[in-house]
Amino acid sequence: MRKLLAVLAVSALVFAACAEDDDGAEDQPTAGATTAASCEKDSLNLFEDGQLTIAASNPVFPPWFQGSVAGSDWKDPSPESGEGFESALAYALADELGFTEDEVVWVEEGFNKTYAPGPKDYDFSIQEISITPKRAEAVTFSDGYYNANQALIALDDGPLQDAETLEELQSAKLGAQIGTTGLTFIEEVIVPDDEAAVFDDTSAAKQALENGQIDGIVVDLPTAFFITAVEIPKAEVVGQFESTPDVVEEEQFGLTFEKDNPLVECVNQALTSLRDSGELQAIQDEWLSETVDVPVLG
Amino acid sequence: MSLAGPPEGAGSIDPGLPPPRRPRLRDGLRAEGGRGALIATVSTVVFLAVVAVLVLNSPGWDRVRQAFFDGTDFAASLPDVLSGFWVNVQMFMIAEVLVLAFALLLAVIRAIPGPVFFPLRALSTIYTDVFRGIPTLLVILLLGFGMPALDLQGVPDSEMFWGIVALVIVYSAYVAEVYRAGIESIHPSQRAAARSLGLSQWKALRFVVVPQAVRRVIPPLLNDFVAIQKETALVAILGVREAVREAQIYSTSTFTFTSYVVAALLFLLVTIPLARFTDYLLDRERRRRQASSG
Repeated sequence: MRKLLAVLAVSALVFAACAEDDDGAEDQPTAGATTAASCEKDSLNLFEDGQLTIAASNPVFPPWFQGSVAGSDWKDPSPESGEGFESALAYALADELGFTEDEVVWVEEGFNKTYAPGPKDYDFSIQEISITPKRAEAVTFSDGYYNANQALIALDDGPLQDAETLEELQSAKLGAQIGTTGLTFIEEVIVPDDEAAVFDDTSAAKQALENGQIDGIVVDLPTAFFITAVEIPKAEVVGQFESTPDVVEEEQFGLTFEKDNPLVECVNQALTSLRDSGELQAIQDEWLSETVDVPVLG
Repeated sequence: MSLAGPPEGAGSIDPGLPPPRRPRLRDGLRAEGGRGALIATVSTVVFLAVVAVLVLNSPGWDRVRQAFFDGTDFAASLPDVLSGFWVNVQMFMIAEVLVLAFALLLAVIRAIPGPVFFPLRALSTIYTDVFRGIPTLLVILLLGFGMPALDLQGVPDSEMFWGIVALVIVYSAYVAEVYRAGIESIHPSQRAAARSLGLSQWKALRFVVVPQAVRRVIPPLLNDFVAIQKETALVAILGVREAVREAQIYSTSTFTFTSYVVAALLFLLVTIPLARFTDYLLDRERRRRQASSG
């Protein structure tokens, strides 16, 4: 009995200590919130003073990230290269906010962790995350920075090679990556007879496609181009789907922040000025130019 | 080091010495009578209260409650997670039956005496070593994506098929060891007695050793069953939409975690009754031995 009480007392202390720790961590953002009105570099609500800490998944994928950097924690591609749409955008945003390239620090963050409750150890995360109202209850999104249409990839000699309409896809076995709009699109717009197969990443999906375990993959158009150009040369982009706002909202990628992080205001300002100056369009043209001229599946 | 070692302890055949009784949760209460029960109740209540106060007052609780324990999300994700769980149930029902048979075969092969059968015994040993040593997830990935890639005539390319095959391959290695422990715990005199009655080596194994061994290892067998039930979730990596994958789909599209709690509860619904049943069997076995020794 005495031993049990001792255990209880100790665990109570440990719990109390943990709770206190959390308190300390929680204080910082709230303190920053009151001074968020100005977007001067020195008054920004940052995770680490004097630097912009940005999270990305590891590995990152082209065309969103391209180019390698020697000695980087990311092999190839590395977000530190400044190449690829999202990397270039991140550095442009940093520049707009007054940071030099050296003051941009990249950290690894899995997709699942970006929306786990609790304090984040970065300022924002950039990894092609689509904005939805339901998701916005758990995290704070920036304004959208890219509109992505969904596209269908199929093998050159596969059953969907000549597909032209959505109806033709209903009898197909389709696959998508978990957490993507591609999956939502299959389930709510195409509604195939067979449930879609759901993979952790595009490498698993493309293996299943090559094995004939699925007939086609639905992904966003830029990723579709990369997959067919580099990873599965035997496959092609059959077509893209027009956004159907009444079923699936037009897919907009947004940066994710810890819920209610006031930094989002300043990042949105920077994003707006990049859009107004035409720089956002220029970055898009440089890294995602191939997405025109793809037939529309209707 | 062999799992069972020389027959002793649980394997004792001396009927005068039943194995020491396993202490059970309520034994402590019974021994101390009313006072014991009172103390246990009070300390349990105090403990739960302390934990509850700490958790509920933690600064992040509100957000955690929203993310993990939201009624709306619970109801919204339940139908999909439940239909996914049905896939898990199918997978473990099939896998468990096959494991039971295949593992016994492996264990019996390893128990066949005689130098002629050395290659068979070696094969069985190597099999166990290899498949007990590779993470289940890797076996699932290698078979699930590798076998269909071979493009062989007549080889199925269904992900669920290869998922089940991988589970059977891996768990047969574990369960074969459980069987072996049972077989080695049967005292050599049993086999000798059977042989002296004129039974062949094979028949001694078949009619005397194995039946006793299997009965003895039922609890650890059921333990491995619980493990298989949970491991069916790994087949999700191949694209199969079982409970955890369905929960993950809900989670990633809404940025909430309640669906994972739903999946966890569904697994508990199956594994806890099995655990109680294992306890019950253990109890019954113990009572039987005590009765026969009295």
